[in-house]
Order: sequence, then C-alpha cells, then structure tokens
Amino acid sequence: MTQLVDTERDLLRFTTAGSVDDGKSTLIGRMLYDSKQIFQDQMDSLERASKLRGEETVDLALLTDGLRAEREQRITIDVAYRYFSTPKRKFIIADTPGHEQYTRNMVTGASTADLAVILLDARKGLLPQSRRHAIIASLLAIPHVIVAVNKMDLVDYAEARYHELVREFNDFAEKLNIHDLHFIPISALCGDNVVESGDRMPWYEGRPLLRVLEEITVTRARNLVDFRFPVQYVIRPHQDFRGFAGRVASGTIRVGEEVTILPSHYHSKVRSIHVGDKSVPEAAAQQSAVLTLENEIDISRGDMLVRSHNLPVIDQEFDAYVCWMDESSALHVGGDYLLQHTTRISKVHINDILYRMDVNTLHREGTDRLALNEIGRVRCTAAQPLYFDPYDRNRETGGFILIDPATYRTVGAGMIRYTTKETLRELRRERGEGQLQTVVSTNISWDQSLITPEEREAQNRHKALCLWLTGLSGSGKSTIARCVERALFQEGIQAFRLDGDNVRHGLCSDLGFSREDRMTNIRRIGHAAKLLYDAGHLVICSFIAPYEEDRTFVRELFPASAFLEVYVKCDIDVCKQRDPKGLYAKAERGEIKGFTGVDDPYEAPAEPELLIDTSSLSEEETVERVLQFVRQQL
Amino acid sequence: MSAYQMNTLEWLESQAMYVMREVAAQFERPVMLFSGGKDSIVMSQLARKAFYPGPIPFPLMHIDTGHNFQETLDYRDWWMNELGATLIVRTVQDSIDQGRVQEEEGPSPSRNALQTVTLLDAIKEFQFDAAMGGARRDEEKARAKERFFSVRDRFGQWDPKNQRPELWHVFNGLKRPGEHFRVFPISNWTELDVWQYIAREEIPMPSLYFSHRREIVRREGVILARSPHVSLLDGERWEPARVRFRTIGDATCTGATESEAASVEDIIDEVAATRVTERGSRADDRRSEAAMEERKKQGYF
Repeated sequence: MTQLVDTERDLLRFTTAGSVDDGKSTLIGRMLYDSKQIFQDQMDSLERASKLRGEETVDLALLTDGLRAEREQRITIDVAYRYFSTPKRKFIIADTPGHEQYTRNMVTGASTADLAVILLDARKGLLPQSRRHAIIASLLAIPHVIVAVNKMDLVDYAEARYHELVREFNDFAEKLNIHDLHFIPISALCGDNVVESGDRMPWYEGRPLLRVLEEITVTRARNLVDFRFPVQYVIRPHQDFRGFAGRVASGTIRVGEEVTILPSHYHSKVRSIHVGDKSVPEAAAQQSAVLTLENEIDISRGDMLVRSHNLPVIDQEFDAYVCWMDESSALHVGGDYLLQHTTRISKVHINDILYRMDVNTLHREGTDRLALNEIGRVRCTAAQPLYFDPYDRNRETGGFILIDPATYRTVGAGMIRYTTKETLRELRRERGEGQLQTVVSTNISWDQSLITPEEREAQNRHKALCLWLTGLSGSGKSTIARCVERALFQEGIQAFRLDGDNVRHGLCSDLGFSREDRMTNIRRIGHAAKLLYDAGHLVICSFIAPYEEDRTFVRELFPASAFLEVYVKCDIDVCKQRDPKGLYAKAERGEIKGFTGVDDPYEAPAEPELLIDTSSLSEEETVERVLQFVRQQL
Repeated sequence: MSAYQMNTLEWLESQAMYVMREVAAQFERPVMLFSGGKDSIVMSQLARKAFYPGPIPFPLMHIDTGHNFQETLDYRDWWMNELGATLIVRTVQDSIDQGRVQEEEGPSPSRNALQTVTLLDAIKEFQFDAAMGGARRDEEKARAKERFFSVRDRFGQWDPKNQRPELWHVFNGLKRPGEHFRVFPISNWTELDVWQYIAREEIPMPSLYFSHRREIVRREGVILARSPHVSLLDGERWEPARVRFRTIGDATCTGATESEAASVEDIIDEVAATRVTERGSRADDRRSEAAMEERKKQGYF
C-alpha cells in the first residue's frame, strides 16, 4: 500500500470566519488547490462559473460557496464543512461567514473546532470582525488560535507592518481566554506561507500555515481528566447482558474502576468495556463504547457515570453565556424553554439576564432580552438538576442548546460558567470598590495531582481543615491559635498556623494597610491556606480580616465542610486595655491610620461556625472550647 | 498519553455510532436506507457495531428503482442475512403501476427522481419518523451544509433556511406532527475514508466495485453499462472495456470508470490519486450546476 493510505493519520477540526473580501475563501481554495485536493471536474465547473461571470482567472473563492442563493449574492450564509487531507493529517474545516449577522454560524462552527484560523487584512489591521471572531473563539474555548495576517503582498511584505499587527492583536487578546496563539504572515492570493514558505518574506522564520496545522498537538482539546459518561442507550439483548452505550464525554475509564451513577449516587465497578464487537481494557474521551457494571443497577438514558472521587457539579441553577440563534423570537427574562444537555432534556426557566455582551468590544450593557446573534450572560433554573462542569474546563458537559417548546427549533446555545452561588460572589466582587483583581495567565492550567485528597486524608488519618480565627486586635486570636496548634500537634495531627504578623514579614511584605492592600493580603493568605489544606494539613489562620467580603472570598476557596470560621469576640474596651503590642495607643495618638476598631470598622461575622467571647472566658477555657469544636469536625 | 489518541477512522466510527444511538434513543420508528452502494454498506456495518451484542434496533429499507444491477440485489440479500437485519423493499415499479409517478421518456429514462415519491410513500406507510442515509458532505456542494439531523416538512421537503444549528454533539430530534428527519451518520466521511474503513473492517464488497470486463457505451463523457434499461442512440455502439463503478445506483445514470483496480487496496490507491470526484461520473448531477440542491429541496436524499 502507498503512503497515501496511511490509516494512522489523526484528525484536526478547525474553523475559519471571514467576510466577503478578507480573502478567507481564497485561503481555503489555496490550501485545497496547493495540497492537490481539487478534482478535475471541480476545476472545470469552476472555470465555467468564472467565465460566466466574465472573470479571466479562476476564482478560487468559488470553490467554497455552495448554495445557489449564496452564489448569486456572493456571500456564504451558513456553516459549510470542507474536507481535505495531507499525508500527515485529515482536516475538517467549518467554514463560516464573518459578518455580525452570522454570529450564530460562527458559534456553531466553533463549537466543534480544535483550532481557529483568524484572518487579518494586513492593510486594514484589526477590524471589528477579527475581534468578533477572536472573542467567539475565546467564548467557545477553542484551544488553539492562529492569526493569519493576510494580503502581505499588498503591503510589500513589510516586516514592520506585520509586527505592528501582532502587537495590536496581542494587546487585544490579553482580555481573552486564548491558551495557544500563533501568528503567520501570508498571502493567500500569491500562496506565500500557505503551503510553502516562498521567498518573499525571508524575515519570517516560522512555518507556513499548513505545516502548523499538520504539526500542532491537538490532545489538549480533549479533557482526559474528568471521567463523564452520559448514558445514551441501554443494550439488553438477553438476561445476562446489560450494556450502557454512550460516548465518553471526557476522561478515561478502565475495567475494574469504581464509578458513581448519577442521579442515584449508587456505586459500582466497571465489569467490561466494549467498542463495537471488541472487548477493550479502557476507553477515553470521544470514544463510543458500551460499559457493563458489576451490580444490577437501574440505569437509563440521561443518567451519567462518573468517578466516585471526581463528581461534576450537580445543580439546577447555573449561569451561562447564551448565544441567541432564532430570527423570529428573542430570549427574554421569565421565558421557559427546553434545554438539551448531554443526553438529557429538561425544562428551563430564564431568571435573569445579567448583561448583553458586545461581540466587537466585550462591552457589557444591561438588557432584558437577547435577539438573534446576541450573546449575553444568563441565569437559569432547570426543572431537574444537571450534571455539568464549567464550559472552560469541559466543553462536552458545559455546553447546551435551548429549544423552543412550541416549534422545537434550536433557538440558543449556552456555555455554563458557574453555579449561581459562584456568580453572585463574582458580581459582589465586581461591585466592590477595590476589586480583588485576579490576573490568571492564559498559559497556565490547573495541574492535576496523582494523589487524591481522600488518599492524603487516609494517610494522615484526619481530614484537612481550615480554621479561620477572626476578631479585633487584642481579642486573643494569636494566643488561641498557638495553643490549639500545639495541642493538636501532640495528638498527631498535621496542624500548622498562619499568623498575621508573620506573613507580613515575607509573603505580604510589599503590602500596606489600605483597603486594597488589605484585600490582597487576605487573598494571598487565603490561597496559601488553601495550598496547605490541599497538602492535607489542618491550617489555623489568625487574622483580623475585618471585612466580610474578604472573608467570604477565602471561605469560597474551600469546600463548604472544610472551612470553619471562629469569631473571637471581645469587647473593644477590653482589647484596648490589653493592647499587647501598644497599637491601640499609637492609633489613638494618630500615629497609625486606619486601625481597626479605632478609625476603621470591623464587620463582625454574621454566621460563624463558632463564636467565643474572650471578654468573659479564661484562656484555658477558650482554647478547650476551640479544641472540642475542632475534634468534632475531624 | 498516546494510547488515548484516536486516528481518523476511529474518530469517524465513534461519531457515526454515536449518531445512530441518538437516533435509536430519540425516535420511535427509525429506519436505515440501504441502496447496495458502499456508503450504505459501511453504514449498516456501523449500525451492527453500534448496538453489538444486541441486534440492530431498526429495519433497513431498499427503494428499488427496478433498474438495479442484478449483482447489487444478490449482494443485498446476502449482506442482510450476514447482518441479521430486517429488510423492507419498496419498488418504483409499484409507484408507476399505482399511477403515483410517470416514467421518463427517452433513450435512457432515469428513475432516479421517481424514487423520491416511492420513498416518501414508504415513510408514510410505515410512519417512519427518522430515515438514516449514507450521504456524505464531501460528495457535492449542496451537501457541504447538510446537518446530521435534517428536518423535513410534511411533504418531505428540505428548506435550507429552516435547518437547526448543530453544536457540540447535541442533536435536537424533537419533531412536530407531520415532520420527519433525515439523518446522515457518515456526514464527515470522505470517499477515501469509506474505502479505508472497508479495508480495515474487511467487509466483502459487491463485485461491481472491482475491475471487470463489460459492454459499455460512451455518452457525453459518461460510461454507461449495457443493460435492458439503456438503449443506444444514433451512432452509438456497445464496446467492451475494463471498468469498475465508483458509485452504485440506477443503471441508467450510474457511470463506470475505466480501471484496473481489482482489490480494495487497489481502489484505495486509485481514489487517493484520482483527479475526478465520484459524482463526476454521474449523469444526474451534470444536468445543471445546482441540480443536487433542487433535488434535495424536493425530498431526494
């Protein structure tokens, strides 16, 4: 057999978007033409069509537009799928128009793409359309983006112009969530850097576009961490075989591994895995398989098999970006729709539209409806709990469609962001004066440990916890923390104390006591505590942490049962009297500004897990109470 | 990590099986169309694997134009037996006899357009709510935009403007009374993928696909095989040639190509190197540039 029939080639799905004259169709035509994917009869029909239109040279763009209406108006109005292959890889292109009125088509094309090719016209630079395509690529979580700076022939192949555009795009892309970004200067018309490098841009040292498409590693488009298996169909040919058919949405599964079935939460073990007529030891994301289990459990379509220690979010309320796709209706607050998500259909109610997003600028504006091609952030309540992951983490379990209950048309596409609780937290933070800015680099993803929290707990023989002591300066927090740490340590517990003064010597030595700096201080401490917690420790934190908002931020870093807030209450006058560090005296003399309890407020916790009043208890009594409380939680 | 990599064929197979299971789960009375051609053979093999070890949970249906090659019919009956599948046959001849359609006139009357009526009648007769077909998007320009789940109105018509967007792997199969669906599980396959899959699965294929000697006539660049359904025009004559068929359909319009390819491997090499699309040899698509789009709107597959 020849090299052409190599069946080990893998597949790359990518999307392109563009308008009438940015050269997108020419680019695709060029890739098909130069990689010898155009057949003789297609070429003949192309020549006939070009001649009819009175054109002298064959218009490569004609290759890629299909429907008659489109040919007449010379526009593409839908998603067209194109296929070509090279000896290295097979490609499926989702080719979409780029105009604003076709946002829904871009969203559709992007939903299954591993990569997006965004075209810039070297003369015109970053047009709204290029921004729109980049924003959609980011919203739809396409893992790889290639920016092709086209029409370099019309700017004399100028290196300076290319770098200018790269800078401009990079500045813009900082606001987006794009993990892997490439730039290539090309001329689709002349063929430079499309299939071959050519010799007109010697200053460009990278690979031509097709080479990048052939060589880019696409595994990161698949989530191989979180095992999710939505059951599609039950195969039961006879009494002894009950198989659950489905496509592994993400993660991997092996024979013998334990699974939890949702919604029943029953446990079982995988007895066998079948792909077609073969038994296999394991199955991975995107494989259609049939699983059988050790126990007889009633499972039907719409249920989900997951790993017992890695559950998806199970919630009826969530918030999502929704792109509205229907011409004859608008999404409105209070509306009821059908929601199709993995293999389930549920009724869903629209509670609220948080904002509409301008897909050219990312600008947010208030609204109570979303019309065709508009994208907004929407809060919904489903009639039944859904099993989902945030879309950023898992496209298969984070994406859904909305269906009109009367016409059954698909009217919207949704990408789940958060549960409602997390959304409210985010909004609260955004409304706050000094925002808790979290700048997460786009090149960082969370690295999954091979050790589960449960394994650490088993080895330590206790749960990991965060004990957070808050209260006025002088209330006794540090004393309690030191004694509790010592006592627990002697009981064999991995206890570790984080103290306000200590962190300000190093981790937070760059921070003062402004509102903003205090926020940052608490955020850093919160994350440090979280790392210790992840390591399996019982972390004891003693900080004034006067603001409710900051404490809420820290609380929500932890699972609900692992964060214990202890309000160390003490009368301000008693604190002033104790004044162990002489700080109250200084503050009252005006030597320290913004001191909590003197000229800055202390917001007492509304619902702490434990409240201790140190004005009326002895030191031993308070320590003993805290210890008792902690032991109950371990 | 490489153990989790899927090659193109595995990925396409997985997607097609997923689509078929969605059909079996979402519809009450699905059917799979079977023409005897390579695409429907591959599709039926995928159906067997998608529901293994259970039986294929829907019948297969052949719309027989009456102009089929005998080899196609023999193969069809043998393959159904292999699959253990239920076969329904409905014929264009019956539709003609019942006065539902009129035979085309001329030297090579095609029944290709007539089978649309027979198909829609059969869908009505059995109340099928989803009919799976082996159409591929790479075949023809109008098919490049076809959905996996393609909704048809009560007249079986396809409205390109009223198709549902398809995102991720979520397929909306909800239908109102009178509507039915055409579903295309192998939408993303190319001709080469089909042949590579046939090789991988070692599926026995009808002899028409392999090079053989046969009497033919050349007409407007199309090679038609000698059969009772094709008559000669002035100045034409039957001549012997070594040919094979790239598609198998109605004998009156399915063109052969001159070829020495005698095995699946030969065919793969030939397809990989060829410069003419497979539909390039079909007389029905040549009638006008938008021929396929017109026929699809009428309810053709």
